[in-house]
Amino acid sequence: MTATAERLSGGYNFAYLDEQTKRMIRRALLKAVAVPGYQVPFAGREMPLPYGWGTGGIQVTASIIGPDDRLKVIDQGSDNTTNAVSIRRFFAKTTGVAVTTRTADATVIQSRHRIPETSLRAGQIMVFQVPIPEPLRWLEPRETVTRRMHAEADYGLMYVKLYEDIARMGRITTAYDYPVMIHGRYLMRPSPIPRFDNPKLDRSPALMLFGAGREKRIYALPPHTPVKSLDFDDHPFTVERWSQRCQRCGSADSFLDEIVMDDRGTRRFVCSDTDYCDGRLAPQAP
Amino acid sequence: MYVAVKGGEAAIDAAHRLLAERRRGDPAVPELSVPQIREQLALAVDRVMTEGALYDVDLAALAIKQARGDLVEAIFLLRAYRTTLPRLATSEPVDTATMRIARRISATFKDLPGGQILGATFDYTHRLLDFALAAENASPPAVAPVRTIPAEAMPRVTDLLDTEGLIEAPETARTAAPVDITRSPPTYPAPRDQRLQALARGDEGFLLAMAYSTQRGYGHSHPFAAEIRQGQVSIEIVPPELGFAITIGEIAVTECHMVNQFKGNEAAPPQFTSGYGIAFGGAERKAMAMALADRALRAREFGEEITAPGQDDEFVLSHSDNVEASGFVQHLKLPHYVDFQSELDLLRRLREGWNTRREAAE
Repeated sequence: MTATAERLSGGYNFAYLDEQTKRMIRRALLKAVAVPGYQVPFAGREMPLPYGWGTGGIQVTASIIGPDDRLKVIDQGSDNTTNAVSIRRFFAKTTGVAVTTRTADATVIQSRHRIPETSLRAGQIMVFQVPIPEPLRWLEPRETVTRRMHAEADYGLMYVKLYEDIARMGRITTAYDYPVMIHGRYLMRPSPIPRFDNPKLDRSPALMLFGAGREKRIYALPPHTPVKSLDFDDHPFTVERWSQRCQRCGSADSFLDEIVMDDRGTRRFVCSDTDYCDGRLAPQAP
Repeated sequence: MYVAVKGGEAAIDAAHRLLAERRRGDPAVPELSVPQIREQLALAVDRVMTEGALYDVDLAALAIKQARGDLVEAIFLLRAYRTTLPRLATSEPVDTATMRIARRISATFKDLPGGQILGATFDYTHRLLDFALAAENASPPAVAPVRTIPAEAMPRVTDLLDTEGLIEAPETARTAAPVDITRSPPTYPAPRDQRLQALARGDEGFLLAMAYSTQRGYGHSHPFAAEIRQGQVSIEIVPPELGFAITIGEIAVTECHMVNQFKGNEAAPPQFTSGYGIAFGGAERKAMAMALADRALRAREFGEEITAPGQDDEFVLSHSDNVEASGFVQHLKLPHYVDFQSELDLLRRLREGWNTRREAAE
C-alpha cells in the first residue's frame, strides 16, 4: 500500500477490507467467472455502509481494485446521485485511487440500476449492486428449493409466469431486472437494470461482476458471454421506448428519465446517463 | 434550468453537519458523556453489545451516543467496527455453572440448592412514573452489600434434571470447530451452532414476536423457564505455547434454559427438551425470547409437525438480523428513478392495450 493511501484510509487496509477477506471474495469471483450466471455463496462482511445500499458491489470492487485503477460509480445512470457520491467517496478515502465520471476513462465501474450508454470495451469491469440475486425468488421464497431448481435447470415456473402475464395482461409485465438466460444454462437476474440495458449484457467485451452483500452471493458474466432475455417466438423481448428525444442533448437512443416540471402534467425527458449526456453536449478531446 | 442530477455532494456534507448539530441538541444542556451512557443506560448498552456481537461497554456506549439513541443504528456501528477486528484466539466454551451469580431464578422449583436470587430486576415494580427521578442528584437508597454465593452451591437446574435423566443429555464436547456465521454464508437446514449464533445476534423485537407467536399456538410449545441466571463468567483461552487454559477476563451474561416436554420415540425415552438463550449483560427479555425461539426451531429434530413461522429456520434466521433488515427496508429511500421509469413505460403500454381492447369490444 502506498503511503498516500495509508494516510487517506485512516488506518484501515487498502480498500477497507483485510487481505484475507479480499482473497476469499476473489476465490468466489473466480468460481463465478468459471460458471457464468451461477450464484456463488460467499461470506459477505458487514460493511460500514448499510445492507441494501450496495454492500455486495462495494465488496467486489474492494476486492479487485488496485492503485492504478480509475473508478467510476453511478446510481440510476448518474455520477452525482447521493449514494453514488457516497460510495465514490468511500473508495477515494480508503484507496486513494483516481476517480472519474467518464465511462471511457474508467477501468472499474460500479453501478446501481444502469449500464452506461457508452459502449464498454475489453479490459473494463462492470460491478453491479444486487439486492435480490435469485431470479426465481418471487416464485419460490425458499433458497433450499431454488438452489435445487438451478441445479436441475428447472425453469419451467419462470416461463409459466411470463406466459400468465401475456394471458392476463397481453404482455410480459416485468419492467426491470428482467430475467436472462446465461449461455443456455443458468437463469440470472441482471440486477434491477431496465430492460433497455439487457441487450448491452449480451456478448459484452467487458467483464460483468454482480455482488449481493446481504444475500451473500456473487455471480459473473465473463466477456463475450451470450445473454438471452427470456421471451416467446410470438412475444419477443422488447425494451422501453420514448416518443421524445433527450431535451438536453437531443439523443434519440438513450434511456430517458422523466422529470415532473409542474402539477399540470408537464414532463421533461433527459438522459439517465449523465456522463453520456454531458459528453454529447461538450465533446471532449479523446 | 436542469438541476435534477447535481448537488448530491454538497447536500450530503450539509446533511452530516446538520446531523452533528442535532445530535448535540440544545447546547445549553450539558453534553452526555460516554461513561454516563455506560453507567446509566446500561441495558441499552447490553442490547447493543448483544446484537452488535461485540462485548465492549465503552464502544457500545459511544455507538449509542453517536446514533442519537437509535439502538439499531448503534448496533450497526458496532458491527461495522467488529467486522474489521482480527481474530486473535477462540475462547473455550463459557462455563455458566461457575458463574458469579447476580440473579438466579427458577420457575420450575419452589426451592433449590442456592435458592432464588432476585437481583436488580424490574419484575414486581409497579410501573408508575417516578417523578422523584426527574429531580437530579437524588442518591439511590442504600443497599446491603451483595453476598457472594460459591458457584458450586448453585448448580444449574438443567444439571439437576440431568442427574435423573429427565432432560435430554447436554451435547458432549464436539471435535469439529463450530461454524462462524460471520465467516461463512448460512446454509439450511441450519445446524445448531449456526442457529444459536444467528439467534444470539438476532433482533430482540423480532425474536420476542416469534417467541410470543409460539406461545399463542403458532407452533405448539409448552415451555417452562427452568432457570434464568445472570452474572459474571470467566473467558478462558488456551494459548498454543502454554497448552492449558488461562483466564483473560470476565463478561456479564444472562442465560436462560427453557424446558419443554417431548414424548419420546423408539430411540429416546420421554423426557424434557430444552431451548437455550444467552445474551450479554442483563438482556433478559432477549435471552428468554431466544430460548423459546431456539426450542421452536428444533421441531424438525424432534419430528414435530412444522406448521408455523416460528418453527421454520429459513424463515426465522433469514429475517432475524436487524442490520440486514434495517438496511434493506431503508434502501427504498435510495433513488429508483430508472426502475420507476420502466414501470411507468410498462403501465402506459398496458393501459393503451386495455383501452384498445375496450374500444374494440364496444
